Amino acid sequence: MERYKRQINLPQVGKTGQEKLRNSKILVIGAGGLGNAVLPYLSAAGIGHIGIIDGDKVEENNLQRQVLFTEKSIGHSKVDMALSKLKSLNSEVDIKIYDEYFSAKNAIGIADNYDIIIDATDTVSIRYLINDVCVLANKPFVYGSVYRFEGQVSVFNYKNGPTYRCLFKKKLTNVINCEDAGVLGTTVGIIGLLQANEVMKMILETGEILSGKLLLYNTLNNKQDIIKFKRDDSLVVNPEFYESEHLSNEIIHLTAKEAIKNDSHLMDVRELGELPEIESEKILKIPLSQLSSSLNQLTKDRPYAIFCQHGIRSLTATKLLKNNGFIKVKNIQDGALVIKKILENEKEKSIY
Amino acid sequence: MNDMITIKYFGEIAEAINCKEEQIAAKSDNLSELIEELNEKYNLKRFPMIIALNQNRIELNDDITIKNNDELAILPPFAGG
Repeated sequence: MERYKRQINLPQVGKTGQEKLRNSKILVIGAGGLGNAVLPYLSAAGIGHIGIIDGDKVEENNLQRQVLFTEKSIGHSKVDMALSKLKSLNSEVDIKIYDEYFSAKNAIGIADNYDIIIDATDTVSIRYLINDVCVLANKPFVYGSVYRFEGQVSVFNYKNGPTYRCLFKKKLTNVINCEDAGVLGTTVGIIGLLQANEVMKMILETGEILSGKLLLYNTLNNKQDIIKFKRDDSLVVNPEFYESEHLSNEIIHLTAKEAIKNDSHLMDVRELGELPEIESEKILKIPLSQLSSSLNQLTKDRPYAIFCQHGIRSLTATKLLKNNGFIKVKNIQDGALVIKKILENEKEKSIY
Repeated sequence: MNDMITIKYFGEIAEAINCKEEQIAAKSDNLSELIEELNEKYNLKRFPMIIALNQNRIELNDDITIKNNDELAILPPFAGG
């Protein structure tokens, strides 16, 4: 225990705290800039079990900020290189490496083996995946991200607290990453260490966790801001949602006839005034141009069937709805003309 | 006298509009109208963003009244790591 003496001396740690660290299982997703900051400190502190997942190989342009790697690491698998460095740092830590990318298919099987999940990735879309996995597996999600000299840190899904989707509700994906934007090793290091610090506090059950709080850190002027946010219960992440959001991203198509037969909620996304006009109480009219601002008028689990003139704009609308959690939405391939005909036939039948 | 509102911008948005923080005299006490004013000034719609009022995240479509000395934060999610 000599090696941990300095932290055991802290009243917030002590021998029981050290024991908690030793019994913890932490998964680090990504062995890039953030991962390289988080990993050596967690290992040195004596976290018992660490998982690292990344399918990348070390490149020369990583060395400026990914300090576990050396010039000799170039071309080798990141997780292999991280493993040997961390083992020499602390041989007591049980480290499991996954030389693959974290994906919807392997995510839950891997995350299940850990207590806390650290996001050290570099794209927005994977954070929605990590979020949903953490919600399903009931694990806290330690978020960190960087834009040039600024960073964001938060802990999602901590003791039923708000999640990434409560903060960033719409799926926002056109956001640029470090490689494109440029970044200093010190900035990504600071943000990674803030994440590692949240992990330590959670394990040691001390201090205040950044749950429901987004920390914004600017390394150029050392200013910090904290934005509070609340849990939004309108979006339910369950296995069905996970399946449709991450595993079966295919759009389901159907014909107008099928849609009307199985009582789908028809939605016309043509702009107002387009011909032929269809007058029917069965049809909800929301022009594509207004769809994204009208989402709150719609019901997420309703089986909407979307149509337009030729099935092209309706496909865009279907994708938009799907990305916003409308799991039962389908696209009608044939357009307004066919629908008008079917509905008029139905009307005639009911008259005679 | 118009209400003075402090607005903080973060990340890509601050860079693109070349402003981290500013104080403006709001023409209306309705938050949506203020955001619309900022949209026109900076074309903010091109960015993915969320909004916080006095350090609390809010929904844009909320019908919220702003008052003197309120602080608004406009920020995108960051991607890098």
